[in-house]
Parts: sequence; structure tokens; C-alpha cells
Amino acid sequence: MSALLEVRGLEVDFVQYERGLRRRSVPALTGMDLTASPGEVVALVGASGAGKSLLAHAVLGLLPPNAVECGTVTYDGVPRDPAARRRLAGRETMLLPQSVSFLDPVNPVGRQVRRSARLAGRSDPRRAAEEALAQRGLGPEVLRLYPHELSGGMARRVMVAMATLRAPRLLLADEPTTGLPPETVRTTLAEFRQLADDGCAVVVVTHELLAVLDVADRVVICSAGRTVDVADPADFTGDGSRLGHPFSRALWQALPVNGLHVSGVS
Amino acid sequence: MAVDLLTARLRGAVGRLLRLVLLLAAVAAASFTLMAHSPIDPVDAYVGGDIAAIGPEQRAQIAERWGLGDPPLERFGAWFGQLLQGDLGQSLTFNQPVTQVIGERFPASLALMATAWLLSGLFGFSLGVVAGVRQGRVADRAICWWAYTLASAPTFWVGLLLLYVFSVSLGWTPVCCAVPVGVLAEDVTLLDRLQHLILPALTLSIVGVAPVVLHTRHAVIHAMASDHVAFARAQGESTRGVVVHHVLRNAAAPAVLLQFAALGELFGGSVLAEQVFSYPGLGAATTAAALGQDVPLLLGIVLFTTVFVFVGNQLGDVAHARLDPRVGRRPSRGRRGRDGEPAGLPAAPEAFPPPPTGEPEPAGRGVR
Repeated sequence: MSALLEVRGLEVDFVQYERGLRRRSVPALTGMDLTASPGEVVALVGASGAGKSLLAHAVLGLLPPNAVECGTVTYDGVPRDPAARRRLAGRETMLLPQSVSFLDPVNPVGRQVRRSARLAGRSDPRRAAEEALAQRGLGPEVLRLYPHELSGGMARRVMVAMATLRAPRLLLADEPTTGLPPETVRTTLAEFRQLADDGCAVVVVTHELLAVLDVADRVVICSAGRTVDVADPADFTGDGSRLGHPFSRALWQALPVNGLHVSGVS
Repeated sequence: MAVDLLTARLRGAVGRLLRLVLLLAAVAAASFTLMAHSPIDPVDAYVGGDIAAIGPEQRAQIAERWGLGDPPLERFGAWFGQLLQGDLGQSLTFNQPVTQVIGERFPASLALMATAWLLSGLFGFSLGVVAGVRQGRVADRAICWWAYTLASAPTFWVGLLLLYVFSVSLGWTPVCCAVPVGVLAEDVTLLDRLQHLILPALTLSIVGVAPVVLHTRHAVIHAMASDHVAFARAQGESTRGVVVHHVLRNAAAPAVLLQFAALGELFGGSVLAEQVFSYPGLGAATTAAALGQDVPLLLGIVLFTTVFVFVGNQLGDVAHARLDPRVGRRPSRGRRGRDGEPAGLPAAPEAFPPPPTGEPEPAGRGVR
């Protein structure tokens, strides 16, 4: 199957001004590769600050104006510049953000979900919003709450509801399971699997390698702004000897269940 | 629950009232001290040009009649006692009860200040939004430059400039007063009044507009760079949609708070603007009272202004809490584990948003 999303050698620098007018370029991504096909769940794994979320935002064309890009992002077989990618956002591609700060703090949940429903082209935003929340076990009383009145888990469910009002062809889920209890992590990931089985390409950005192995078709491992390895989830087993790249092996061995083994990492 | 809410409201109202009373007492004492140490001699100021015509005996008589020889504390006590009975005293300058002077002149000032307040608020907010959305572009730079220029321009100078251009050179507006000179009160039309109001109000609003522009611009930039706008864009929201649905309300909260907090400044500005345009409002009366050592009138105006500014600030608080639910005292619902999560779970730290930042600091913005 041909890839829906293909990122090749993506580099992102942030231009900053130091004291006076000296320009400084801060490299954030130094070479990211990622492909995702319809029906596939791709896990993007790496430590905090490795540039995982940044990659997701870059694919949607959401980087701030001082970001400078290099490399190619191909969607549906056509190379797209950031402006073109932003036009796709919401229609074809969708972000599932990581924290409650992605909800507007001064508007009640209901107004925000209704706005999302309108953007998703629903004819009756009010009903669509209620249904989307009800689907995730949130009653109509949640519509009147403000984001700061939600628990972390509720906020995530609200955002999932907003992001899936129009079935996207590509979903980029940014740390969707951080801080959730194991039970909720499983159901959330199962939902992504379901979306993929329905024909969506799902990229799950996470640092919880173990949980995502159950649902992922491929695991892309990145470190310090570049991808270092693409691995088969089945290779993450035993002492990790089936993993090709030493960094992937070290990452696997460093997991608590594998004895927090860190000798392989310099 | 409802009773709890009611008592909480009541307690809040009583607390505010208590604060107002303390504030009034402190302001009265401070103003009185200032007036008691003023270098202007009240008798000289009262008699004016005829000072040579009266002898020292007469001066002493006037001073005694006014009780100027009494110790300041005693005078303050006498005045305060009358105040508690609702009597603000007699204005020496206008030879009328203080309440009557304030009552007659406040409507003119209120029209002036309300017009200026609305103009600067609406105009400043719109310009601030434009500047914030077009950050770094030509429009933003022009608006910023303009705002900085206005922020550093004194009221009276802007007033004189406008007076020169529109009244003297172009002749579009009258040079002075609130009504045409030499026209009977019953013949004055609303149009006349508006024509006389426009230039002082414009002066006053132009000076008040700069802080609103700059604070709104900052709030808009902050909101445009925020996560929730990124999420909105990810859902395909256009820039116009982002501004209307995801930025305006966020930026309005600090602007409204600032605009209400600036009421004191507005009052201070009206003193100068009314002086420049010979507009017979409360500001002009303040100047007359201060120059004439008219202690009862000045204290009356000071107390009145205090109440005015205090009420304005309280209204600002209420409006701000309406716009930004995080600062309101709404009892928190929702955190009841209703969604089936064990209460003791380590909630994601992001579940608690940081306190709103980038809001203007109302303290320290006194009468200029």
C-alpha cells in the first residue's frame, strides 16, 4: 500500500534574535523520517525533547513563523509546503493534542466542541457535539464546564471528541496517554487501532513504548531531533537482541520491566 | 448550596463596603492634611483682588468665622462630624452647598468621561486586535508607533493641538465651554452640546487609548501563540475564525479590566481637558477649589471621585470574572471523580492550567 504521509529528512531550525540584532539559529529537528499508510498505527517513540511533538506540528503546518524548514513532506503522493499542509489540517489531517492547554481556557467546553463540529461540516453542531461527548461517556453537563474544571482524563476525552468529529485520513496523536491510568491507556490505544482498521493512518507520538507495542504496526524511534531506527513491534522482546539499532536496544533494556538496564547507553 | 452561595455573596459585598469606608476615611484624612499645609491663604484667595481694601481686623474676623485659627484636628473632626450627617459643607468659591456644586457639574463631566471612555475602549481594543494579529507587519508597527507617541503626550498639549487645528484653523468646533456663549439655557440644542463635547472627549480618549492598544496587542499576541489556537488551526480554522472564536474573548478580559482601572486616570485627565477647553465640569471645579483653597468643595470632590473610581474598579473585577471564568469565584464543579477515575490518581500536571499571565497590573495607576 502506498504511503499517505511520507516525511523525508525533515529539518527545523528556530531563528532567534540575541541581544542586539545578532541572529541565532537553534536546530530543533535534524533529520526526521516517517511514513504512515492508511490502516496503519505508527508509534513515534523517543525521550522528552527528542522532537516528536514538533514533528507532528510540522506535518500540520502549525510551526510558528520563526521556524525554518528543510526536507520534504509528501501527503497523498504530492510534496506539500507548510501553507499547503495547513490547508489540509482539519480536512484531511488532524491533531489530537496532548494537554488541556489546547482547550480555550475562557470558553465553556460546549461552545468549543460545537465550533469544532461546525468546522467539521456537521449540519447540526449542537447535536453533533452532544453525541460526540456522549460517545466518550461525558454527559451534557460537561458542555457547561470550563477547561479548568475538567479532570485530566475528561479533558483528553473532550479533545478526542473534537478531533474525531470529522473522520480524518491522518490522525497525529500527541502524547495521548500521558498521566492516564493503565485501563484508560488501553482503551484509548484500542480506539486508535479501531480508527486505523477503518482506514485512517494514525501516528501516535508517545514515550510509553511498552503500552503502544500492542497496537502499533511500526515503531519509529527518534533521539535528539533525528530518527534513528524503524522497528517491528514484535522485535521488542526478550533482551532486545532482535532490534537492529543499538539505541533501540538500549531504549528497550532501560524499561523498568527489563530491569532498568542502562549500561548500553553512553 | 444556594444559601451558601448567597452568604458568600453577602460576605463579599460587606467586605467591599468595609474596604470602601476605610478607603474614604484614609483619603479624607490625607486630603485634609494636604490642604491644611497648602501655601495658599484661604482668605487671600477668597477676597482676591480686593485684598488691599480690607484691613487686618477684617481678615482676622473672616479667619475666625471660618475657624481657621482652630487646631487642624479639631477642624477635621468638625468637618467629619458633619459629613457623617450627610452635610458636605458650603463651597466658598461657588457660594453653594458642596453637594449642589457636585450635582450640577457631574453630569457634564460624566458625559465627557463616558464618551471618552467608550471611544478609547472600543477604538483601542480594535486597534490592539489588528496590531496583535498583524504582529511585526506594517500595520502593527504604525499602530505601535502611534500608541507610544500618544502614551508620551500630555493631555493638555494634545488638547491645545486639537483646539488649534479644529477650532482655530478649521473652525469646525467651538473653542470653549459646554454650550454656546450668550445663548439662553432653554435654547441650547442637543446638537450644540454634542458639538461642544466632541473635542474635549476626543482629547481625553486619545490619551487613554494607548494603554488599551498596547495591552490588547500583547494579549492578542499571547493568545495567537497559544496551544488552543494551534488546535483550532489544526481543525482548519481560518485566521479570521481564530480571531473571532478563539482570541477576542481572551484578549477582552485584560482590556476590560484595564479600562475600568483607568477610571482614576480618566478623572485626572478630565481635570486638564476641562481646563484647556473651559468645559464647566467637575474637573474645572476641582481646579477652582484647589486654587481658591476651598477645602469643603475639594474634599467633597475627592470623596466623590474616590467612590466613583472604587465602584469602577469593582465593576471591572466583576466584568473580568465574567469574561475569564478562572478568576471568578464559581464553586468548582466537575472535580468529583464523576468520570469514574479514582480521585487519588496522579492527575496530569496540565490538568491545572497556570494562572493567567500577561494581564495588566492595575496597582500603581493612579491619577496622573
